[in-house]
Amino acid sequence: MAEIEWTNSGASTARPAGWRGITADWSSDQRAFKNVSWGKAMMWIFLLSDTFIFGCFLLSYMTARMSTTVPWPNPSEVFALTIAGHHIPLILIAIMTFVLISSSGTMAMAVNFGYRRDRAKTAALMLVTAAFGATFVGMQAFEWTKLISEGVRPWGNPWGAAQFGSSFFMITGFHGTHVTIGVIFLIIIARKVWRGDFDVERRGFFTSRKGNYEIVEITGLYWHFVDLVWVFIFAFFYLW
Amino acid sequence: MTQATIYADAHGHQTSVAGAHGEGQQHPIKLYLVVWAWLFVLSACSYLVDYLGVHGYLRWALILLFMVLKAGLIVAVFMHMAWERLALAYAILLPPVFVLVFVAIMVLESDHTHLIRIMSFVPPT
Repeated sequence: MAEIEWTNSGASTARPAGWRGITADWSSDQRAFKNVSWGKAMMWIFLLSDTFIFGCFLLSYMTARMSTTVPWPNPSEVFALTIAGHHIPLILIAIMTFVLISSSGTMAMAVNFGYRRDRAKTAALMLVTAAFGATFVGMQAFEWTKLISEGVRPWGNPWGAAQFGSSFFMITGFHGTHVTIGVIFLIIIARKVWRGDFDVERRGFFTSRKGNYEIVEITGLYWHFVDLVWVFIFAFFYLW
Repeated sequence: MTQATIYADAHGHQTSVAGAHGEGQQHPIKLYLVVWAWLFVLSACSYLVDYLGVHGYLRWALILLFMVLKAGLIVAVFMHMAWERLALAYAILLPPVFVLVFVAIMVLESDHTHLIRIMSFVPPT
């Protein structure tokens, strides 16, 4: 039972090009996503719903910022740090961005080595990704501590519009939670890879089904999405 | 059990092809390294927008440009959307576009709120 199906990205199922192909897939019997495993399709659909959640957060932030008559605090100044006597604007956020992008790179490598069935490299790269993620969350904790000690609260702050604090804590808090969950997810899957679960087709603890290396790519999808959300937060909240 | 058999029959052809073709998304490592480098460059560029203090429409245009390029690279290459079947790509990528309609609605709404606030709550100086 429960035959394992791999995602097959080759042109195995012939289809007409463009919209005709999409119509053919969607109107066909049984399944619309012909060559994508359920695990991957469901992760994509979850990420789509998560896109709407973050979309709504950024929209409410936009609405608050556009409709307030009080000046918005200048993020460039709020998130500036003084390092070795130099006052550098937004430097912490820039470092956090580079940390997250590095983690996305190591994750992409992990997926690649996963499909090459290189157990040690896959697990190691996933753990490096998790370490970058943990570093990011740590820096975010530092940022929150700094802002709270300067008097930023969800209901007010010393520099301007009160909605700055509520938008900041909600958006970055939600994103940080996603990163934290991603780190946990990465560690769990890295352990399975390291143990060789997908080489000996060991059955899962909860599902009793055999896993395969595609779970590394599915984990990667979630992780890249977290990075993707940060790209939008960085642009709209910190740079705008 | 019967269901599983039917399932296997219906997809027997596909699974066999998958086995012959190799597993999952395999692309040269160099591609990932190039995209990775570009993401670094684009992030550095968007940080420079703030560091150099670019203002006005140019600032917003540059922020949006670098944001869209970065998001596109991540989704297309790192998330492998460029190699997925169109039925999946359109199902996932089209719905978020409609968020822009929501954005347009909320821009009108907040302009209205802003106007009302100026007229009613801000004391004339």
